[in-house]
Amino acid sequence: MATLQILLSGVAQGCIYGLIALGFVLIYKATETVSFAQGDVMMVGGFAAFLLLNVMGLPLGVALPLAIAGMGLVGWGLERAFIRPVLGQPAFAIVMLTLGLGYIARGAITMLPNIGTDTHALALPYSGPVNLGALVVGLEQLVVIGATLVLCALLYALFRFSRVGIAMQAVSQNQLAAYYMGIPVRRLNGYVWALAAAVAAIAAVLLAPITFVHANMGLIGLKAFPAAVIGGFGSLPGAIVGGVIIGAVEALAGFYLPDGVKDVTAYVLVLVMLMVKPHGLFGERLSKKV
Amino acid sequence: MRTLFKTSYDQDIRLFEHSGQVFWYGLLLLALVAAPWWLDAYPLAQLSFVLIYGVVGLGLMVLAGYTGLFSMGHGAFLGVGAYTQALLTAAGWPFFITIPLAGALAAAFGVVVGLPALRVKGIYLAIATLAFCIIVEEGIARWESLTGGNVGLMVQKAQAWGWKVDSEAAFYFLCLVVAVLSTLVVVNLLRSPTGRAFVAVRDSEVSAQCMGIHLARTKTLAFAISAFFTGVGGALYAHKVTYLTPDQFGILQSIDLLLLVTIGGLGSVHGAFLGALFLVTAPQGIAVVKDYLPPAIGQAPGLQQLVYGLVLVAIVLFEPRGLYGRWLKVRTWLQLFPFYRRGLFKRQKSYQKSERLR
Repeated sequence: MATLQILLSGVAQGCIYGLIALGFVLIYKATETVSFAQGDVMMVGGFAAFLLLNVMGLPLGVALPLAIAGMGLVGWGLERAFIRPVLGQPAFAIVMLTLGLGYIARGAITMLPNIGTDTHALALPYSGPVNLGALVVGLEQLVVIGATLVLCALLYALFRFSRVGIAMQAVSQNQLAAYYMGIPVRRLNGYVWALAAAVAAIAAVLLAPITFVHANMGLIGLKAFPAAVIGGFGSLPGAIVGGVIIGAVEALAGFYLPDGVKDVTAYVLVLVMLMVKPHGLFGERLSKKV
Repeated sequence: MRTLFKTSYDQDIRLFEHSGQVFWYGLLLLALVAAPWWLDAYPLAQLSFVLIYGVVGLGLMVLAGYTGLFSMGHGAFLGVGAYTQALLTAAGWPFFITIPLAGALAAAFGVVVGLPALRVKGIYLAIATLAFCIIVEEGIARWESLTGGNVGLMVQKAQAWGWKVDSEAAFYFLCLVVAVLSTLVVVNLLRSPTGRAFVAVRDSEVSAQCMGIHLARTKTLAFAISAFFTGVGGALYAHKVTYLTPDQFGILQSIDLLLLVTIGGLGSVHGAFLGALFLVTAPQGIAVVKDYLPPAIGQAPGLQQLVYGLVLVAIVLFEPRGLYGRWLKVRTWLQLFPFYRRGLFKRQKSYQKSERLR
């Protein structure tokens, strides 16, 4: 029973990793770049929700959609202002650029007077333990798992049935061909960044009851990288599965293995994965032409 | 304006292109050697720091700037070098043995990390090295019997046969000698076939392979050499900070080092030292400016991060060759005075998509 209990909290944590990894993968598929700022975008999303919900005191039903939409706008703006001018430069440049954006976000948040340097709890209406048969589970963890499932279904529907989603798929498969078919590739890239930022904001709200909102909460993004790699960097379901795997293994390692192993499990896992199957569980093998 | 007439092929690979360079680098060396006499103790200590970070930057430059492999794990190599130096010095070994040994051990680690580099590239390599860095940091923290764990480890003064490097000036000279030697080795390496192979691998792996370059060996070698210099820098770093804790060698340090090479200018030896200069002087500059800013901004703990981030973004957007690239432009402008054209350093775009055809 204890194992099941640990597994469940691990899966909940893993869903968060998966959601951030989803942001990486979305951006990677669309623009062939990796946004190292994704964790910090999530952090900014957390603060946005905090400002709207706690400081301004808006009702939940208004504040959260507003925060998520606001972050989407921020993501769109980031792509427009910073990423588009450097597309076509080596991948290294973009990685450094997003690292820089992350630094800026973290630095700027600490400058919010009285808010930036503290740790906050979001005023969310759910908390506390719930009994599920013999299991005792935190309600916030159930919410995380449930919300992730709903979000996955929504994203699946978006990519499967909507025009924009199908166009995004086309762009991620072959930008040039998509462009020839009359798909506005650049505008779609902006949408993808917006989507990634919105997903990050959702992850922040879900994570808030577990780790609280603070300026360094974005560092959890470092654990989302292994999640994205294990799933295969180009696969959306892979990101969630990878995140859940990492969360579960981490939780079990924390319980059964000696102290300190827990913190490195994700990284050992990713190294093993890179040695054995560099393209991840769901990744596609791409070879390069000269 | 100087016009160079090439009369022999050797001219292309000479260390100094013309006599003017000999003069200016000689002057720089003279100024550096004389530094203890014209600098106070504090600036001198900072200058040692610049030299140390310069050596570390050289290491990362060989890998990131010249071989095009992207490592987020150099903080770990720095740590391996630093802890090796601290432990061997405590055991009473002289510094001229321990410093190369620190580099060699880091190089051995570099080969191990280089192994996944043979299979993965780009972003996967970044993640592999990131994972390695975090594992090493955790390892240092947990191996308490050897490293003192999170409590930390005191570093004794470097010594050799009774002579102790205990004054600031003596340590400065040690750093200077190591930095000059490292620079010479790297510059020589880069004009040798090995260095050319590095650059070829950076520019196009497939073409390099077609030219008969052994990719696996070249990449592993690049990792080893890079880790060696980072380890040597780490050895000096240990004496400089005198107290080692695992968190000095984590992912943040690795990112700082990447910041160093990017700001200095990827693909230039000068860039390593210019970047080191930035990394050492920026916090001091920020500390000075802090008092003139409104308290909400000036006293915020994230001010330094904000400034680093802004500089980094500005560099990537406007000057991808870094500080050294800016200097090149200024120099060219002066040399060509009325004839400088704006498109002279135009970047060529290369789209990754075109390479992703199935």
